Amino acid sequence: MRLRKLVWKELFERKNQVVTGLLAILLGVTVIVAMRNITFYSEKAVAQELDALGANILVLPKSVTLQNYYSADIQGQEFPEEYVSRLANSNIQGVDNLSPKLAIPVQIDDRKFTLTGILPKSEFQAKSLWQGAGIFSRPTGCGTVANIPGLTPKDPKETLVRKRVIDTLNENEILVGADVAGALGVKANDNLSLLGKSFSVAAVLPQTGTVDDSRIFAHLHTVQQLSGKGKVLSVIEIVGCCDQISKGLVSKINHLLPETKVVTIGQIVDTQIKTNQMMSSLSLVFIAIIVLVGGAGIANYMYANVRERRREIGTLIALGAGSGFVLRMFLYKAILLGLVGGISGYLLGTLLALLLGPRIAGIAVLPMPTLIIWALMISVIIAVSASYFPARSAARLDPCTTLQEI
Amino acid sequence: MLKLENISKTYNHRHEPLTVFDRISYEMLDGDFISIVGPSGSGKSTLLLMLGGMMSPSSGKVVIDGESIYDLPPNQRAEFRRQKIGFVFQTFNLVPYLSALENVQMPLFLAGLSEIEQKERATSVLERLGLGARLAHKPSELSVGQQQRVALARMLANDPTVVLADEPTGSLDPETSAQVMDFFEEINQEGRTVVIVTHDPSVARRAGKMLRLGDCKAPYDEQAPVWASVV
Repeated sequence: MRLRKLVWKELFERKNQVVTGLLAILLGVTVIVAMRNITFYSEKAVAQELDALGANILVLPKSVTLQNYYSADIQGQEFPEEYVSRLANSNIQGVDNLSPKLAIPVQIDDRKFTLTGILPKSEFQAKSLWQGAGIFSRPTGCGTVANIPGLTPKDPKETLVRKRVIDTLNENEILVGADVAGALGVKANDNLSLLGKSFSVAAVLPQTGTVDDSRIFAHLHTVQQLSGKGKVLSVIEIVGCCDQISKGLVSKINHLLPETKVVTIGQIVDTQIKTNQMMSSLSLVFIAIIVLVGGAGIANYMYANVRERRREIGTLIALGAGSGFVLRMFLYKAILLGLVGGISGYLLGTLLALLLGPRIAGIAVLPMPTLIIWALMISVIIAVSASYFPARSAARLDPCTTLQEI
Repeated sequence: MLKLENISKTYNHRHEPLTVFDRISYEMLDGDFISIVGPSGSGKSTLLLMLGGMMSPSSGKVVIDGESIYDLPPNQRAEFRRQKIGFVFQTFNLVPYLSALENVQMPLFLAGLSEIEQKERATSVLERLGLGARLAHKPSELSVGQQQRVALARMLANDPTVVLADEPTGSLDPETSAQVMDFFEEINQEGRTVVIVTHDPSVARRAGKMLRLGDCKAPYDEQAPVWASVV
């Protein structure tokens, strides 16, 4: 006979009661694991969707007024392109994407459009000064750009819409907004003449519902050349990691570039932060409720178990068991219940998340092995703490009373 | 030697003090076979539990082999019970989810023996009581007489010097009852002190000494003691 064997035998003797007791902790852990799993992927998906809305930080010339985020760069004011180097070589954390732009008005067939010069990401890598230092030497995607199955963009050129940067763009290529393409009747691989220079249409961008639909995007240096203004920019669009924004990313950029106006797209950032905070708070509230309900269920089961086993406890004490042994016997049982509840709760919770994630939240959910550690910790802590007082009452039972009840 | 020194026991019953024993003293010699008789509520079981180190007296001492057991801390008293005392109950008090062998292993497990030693010793005691073929049976799969024999085997497993039995034949038919009493005589002849609480005069008579408890609620009176011993 060993303590483990004694506890297992007792558990199997009262299977129905054990199932009832276990159910409280199992359901609790199941809900916690399922919620945490869905929340994790939901946060990623929300972040990605918010990220798709565009840049959340703008670096603008100091005198620009901020009436419209999307047209803030077409007010005819500029600052030096050198600011991009300063930013790129800084140690500022939380810059996911960086897009320097110069916007100038163009007229085609009596229609007015905006020609926007953009710098493809390959240009950053090509500049030796920027290689191996600054923001692009660090891994990108610090939380806003998750690679979620089924949500990855298909066409690399379309990343301009989503990430505000594209990887490559030749100096004689242009990307055409949906409205421009519709108005001019152009499609990919057509040729278009702008300010006396002939361009090849690399792609027609999908509809965004913003002023971008009536823009034409070309290589920054080409636009700078055509504008005759030299190495200047009208805006640097930044996709900042929202976590870092709340930690003062904007003020850091402002400090780095004091001659500019740095603004956040407050609504986007606020929504992003608030959504994440709401999900975390909601999870905590649920966890607290579940811990209480699960703990109460286990405590109730344990008290009933102690009551039912009074005679057995009295007999064990008569046979020479000390109060420490009785306490250990019940706490060992609580640990076993916690372990079984934790493991099965993790499996059930993961299954639930995989099944319900796509249906409820409309997101693909993958199993999170790290959650098993949380599941086990939570379930064992709940089981042991909820069982402590019943176990202590068992250890303090007066054997005479229990034996005389017979 | 088992000594009661000036023992008193008072309960609180509905906020009223209820005296069961009032300054009694008695001495049991090693190897005594004593039956305790008396009407219900006279304190027979209370006395047995006090002798077994399970119920402390309100005052006075219980001394076994020179050790005042209620002066020991609870864990040492439990250790003392494991080593020296064997209990037998009227309703056997077997653990229902354990087999006969495992029930007998329990006191050995509590005494810290290895699993192999537990099994060897428990098997040998059960075989002595004629239950060699019933080792794996649970109490519910045994007859009443067999259950009592498992309880006797469990009591004997730790080789106690003092055996305390509370109505050990109370649930048995006359034939099984006689067998159980034969067993008590046998272990008494091995030198163990045996104390039996019983209502049955025929059982009481088989003991070498009989203690009769009177109406313990009556005040203590030198001339009419509530406590008497009969040889």
